[in-house]
Amino acid sequence: MELNRREFLKGLGVLAGTLIITKPSISQAYSKGDAPSIYATGNKANEKVWKIYEERKKKHLPPPEEPYAVLVDVSKCIGCRRCEWACNEWNKNPNRPLKEFEASVHQKPSVFDKIRRPHAGNFTVVNRFYTKEGTPLYVKRQCMHCVHPACYSACLVEAYRKTPEGPVIYNKSVCLGCRYCMVACPFDIPAYEYYDPITPQITKCTMCYDRIVEGKVPACVEICTAGALTFGKRSEILKLAWERIHNNPGKYVHHVYGEKEVGGTSWLYISPVPFEEIGFPAVDETPIPEYSERFLFAVKLFEVVGAWPLVFGAYYQISRSRKKKQSIKEEKGEGYEKK
Amino acid sequence: MRKNNTSWFREKILMGRTFGEFIRDNFTIGNMIAFIILIFGIYAMIYRLIYGLGPATNLSDEYPWGFWIGFDILVGIALAAPGLTVGTAIHLFGLKEYHHFAKPVALSSLLGYVFAIFALLFDLGRYYNLYVLLVWSWGFSSVLFLVGWHFFLYTNICLLEFAPVVFEWLDLKRVRDFFAKLVIWATIFGVIIAGGHQSALGGLYLVVPYKLHPLWYSALLPPFFLISAIFGGISIVIIEGTITHKAFKHQLKDFDEEDYNKKLIGLGKAVALALYTYLILKLLDFAHYEKWHYLKGFYGFWYIVELTAFVLVPALMFTSAVRNRLVWLVKLAAVLTAFGVIVNRLNISLIAFKWYVPFSQKYYPAWTEIALSAGVITLLVLTYRFVLNRMPVLYEHPKYKSEH
Repeated sequence: MELNRREFLKGLGVLAGTLIITKPSISQAYSKGDAPSIYATGNKANEKVWKIYEERKKKHLPPPEEPYAVLVDVSKCIGCRRCEWACNEWNKNPNRPLKEFEASVHQKPSVFDKIRRPHAGNFTVVNRFYTKEGTPLYVKRQCMHCVHPACYSACLVEAYRKTPEGPVIYNKSVCLGCRYCMVACPFDIPAYEYYDPITPQITKCTMCYDRIVEGKVPACVEICTAGALTFGKRSEILKLAWERIHNNPGKYVHHVYGEKEVGGTSWLYISPVPFEEIGFPAVDETPIPEYSERFLFAVKLFEVVGAWPLVFGAYYQISRSRKKKQSIKEEKGEGYEKK
Repeated sequence: MRKNNTSWFREKILMGRTFGEFIRDNFTIGNMIAFIILIFGIYAMIYRLIYGLGPATNLSDEYPWGFWIGFDILVGIALAAPGLTVGTAIHLFGLKEYHHFAKPVALSSLLGYVFAIFALLFDLGRYYNLYVLLVWSWGFSSVLFLVGWHFFLYTNICLLEFAPVVFEWLDLKRVRDFFAKLVIWATIFGVIIAGGHQSALGGLYLVVPYKLHPLWYSALLPPFFLISAIFGGISIVIIEGTITHKAFKHQLKDFDEEDYNKKLIGLGKAVALALYTYLILKLLDFAHYEKWHYLKGFYGFWYIVELTAFVLVPALMFTSAVRNRLVWLVKLAAVLTAFGVIVNRLNISLIAFKWYVPFSQKYYPAWTEIALSAGVITLLVLTYRFVLNRMPVLYEHPKYKSEH
């Protein structure tokens, strides 16, 4: 009897075990071909940056005269991926030796074979595209730091801020993890820690806010030796971009991506080929927040001002006509109809 | 005291049976199926809570919203609109001949919202932060903020609307009378709040003009969602009424079937009207934004299927049913309409979302995602049955009969 019960319990345990201990291992997921950075959790960079922002706000430190920006000259990028390495290093994301990053440009197969995007454990990626003539173009992608951020306007708990310095930063302590910011972002930048069950957060490029408030340039800009990245005040960067386009006729398309896209961004791109060919979405000049603003205004107007008189008016009208009917019936000697 | 307590439990919860009898009576095939679905559902819930969204779902950085938002929230809330439509018509517009529907309708809206929010908690990465939304961190520029607050308010309104029934069951006359007086105010407030957030669910997709297929993206998304919630909600009233009146026949002693069928046809008329309005608006939107050239390929075909099979066809079915007084056709058309709302919401949230991504790389739900949703629906149905069995929803409580 005793033995039976023990065996029964053992059986139950095995059953429960097979149901619960089937956590998909990371190696299993690697075999699916996913980028390892998807599995990263617990990055502190966004949190750190938010703390600095709060402290500066408390101390009433004066904002810079003008927000900063970075110019990416696609024609100058050599695909060394040192910016990726420096970004991981500074933001304490999982990293590999610098040589492995630099080697991928000559490797076959290499990481460039696939178009990548930022994930929980990497804030920037360099992708390779080919022009019609077959020359490779390397395009760095990271958060564009919009002037009118879609993520900020989408967030229902105001977990985002557009800082006066330019970066768009994120506060995990109020975040609900609803991921609407990821839905709203026109550039598909915010990434989510899907493999953290309890305290998942959004991670994204901070434009190295912690560095630029100290007068330094972002980590990726600092390490770039190819001259593809230039940091400075936004108006000056914009001027530089147009100067390069005008001074090198035929070298660039006549377009600074980010000057007007979705109302302007803090990262600006110039390129020898049209931007749709190197993975940029064709977007209008309308800031994304405007799409929802109009609707929200209409709803609020309706709910606060419009609906109440309408509803009460209808109610009043109906109850009056009902009373009339009832009194007519009573006059005729009919009781209120049995329901 | 304790003895008194147990007898209360036995009377109200076990319906006068002992616990053993209660279990034996509920040992049926239907319940076994429900039990099996629940096992898988609860397994998915625990799995999600322990290992997180990554292992438990097929969501990714590319597809941050999947089946739980698309089905549990967008479909669930649209189909939980009976309170908005029929409830308002009864309490506010004085359509007293439909009073028969008032209580079941309040119950289905209440349960629809409660379980949609329950399912939502599993989708939120930091569900324990939810109080932040209500207490101090207000993102006024967000459509989702409006949705969140309105869900909260509307659930409370549904509670108010249903409260009289609960207190009839508990036999607390004074409390019941207090809440009965509040119902009309709750309804007035409710129609505004519900109209606001049903349209806001469509408004959520206003910020993705580049990600949602142009055939579905429109500045009119909010009214589309509102109107489809209206016809979806009334369809659910028809379907639910049909099922409950079969399953709970024993509760309906003086039930006038002919009169009831007349009411169903009346509801069918309302659905047809909403469907035609929706169709005209859709065509207007189509012509205004000159979407002709998008009709090529799969998405064009799928758009036409959605509009004809799930809007035009049910509208014609309802029209014919109302003209020829065919109750069975009303019921059939209601099923098709409700199914059409499901198709529309899944189209917007999953299929036409990021339409430029090839099908091989598209999101499809993991089995755990479907299991959790199925589990939540099962819980909803079981709760609905639990309440119908005990509370005077389908029939009048003898004590309060004169007051309805």
